[in-house]
Amino acid sequence: MGVIETAVIIDYVIVSAVLLAIGIYGLTVKRNAIRILFSIEIITNAAILNLVAFSRNLPIPNVTGQTLALFSIAIAAAEVAVGLALIMVAYRLHKNIDVKEFRSMKD
Amino acid sequence: MVDPAFLTVAIITVVSAIIALEFKEIIYGAIALGISLLGIAAFFVLLDATFVAMFQVAVYVGAIVVLVIFTIMLVRRESWMTLPEGRRKVMGFVIMFIIMFGLGAIFIASGLTEQTVPESTIIFTQIGEQMVTYYAPALIAIALTLTAAVIGALTLAKVEIGGNRNGSNN
Repeated sequence: MGVIETAVIIDYVIVSAVLLAIGIYGLTVKRNAIRILFSIEIITNAAILNLVAFSRNLPIPNVTGQTLALFSIAIAAAEVAVGLALIMVAYRLHKNIDVKEFRSMKD
Repeated sequence: MVDPAFLTVAIITVVSAIIALEFKEIIYGAIALGISLLGIAAFFVLLDATFVAMFQVAVYVGAIVVLVIFTIMLVRRESWMTLPEGRRKVMGFVIMFIIMFGLGAIFIASGLTEQTVPESTIIFTQIGEQMVTYYAPALIAIALTLTAAVIGALTLAKVEIGGNRNGSNN
């Protein structure tokens, strides 16, 4: 048992890498469009966590990283709104949200 | 030994991210995603970024997860709860572990481990000041992007009453 020390930047970066890996696994494996959206959310959050962690651990911490994180969150919100609308349209056209069924541009 | 608060939040975040992708009932998956996003907000609190944490809770847990849950309620069907994954699952695991251990090894080998946490000198009012001065063009661009995205989403999802588009029968 060592002394309890506060988490340093490497801990946050490793959590972020684990979340990125989980998100990419979801993108590769899942066929449900909503689950793919979940994966994109997890990856985006891993990126934002990195932004804030690095901004906190600068030699002289400043708010630039946090401002950028706020912009990223706003962009992610817009992206989810459009993604869910696309899922709704696809569901109306195909009666399904399995991404393997979305082939109308192929044939 | 690492901070127990950090460890707890890390475990909650990662486990609920896995549950969000793997739980059979997708509505519980959405709730688990919400818990995972709350975990990220707790990380922001641990990193002395309380304003970003508040924004994360308001935007992600308050808006996005609720939006996702409503969409799931609209398109929910039993049959796609159990879509077969087959060989893709093995490939997915392989890619996941390559990324996880590859990136982890790179990060541990890098100089990041020797960092010490500096004193926090962040004043939150600076965020607002920067947003209306240096980042003002970016703020306007973000505002226009959000407006365009919301209008686009509404146009896409709009049901044409009386129209004879393929499948729009409600």
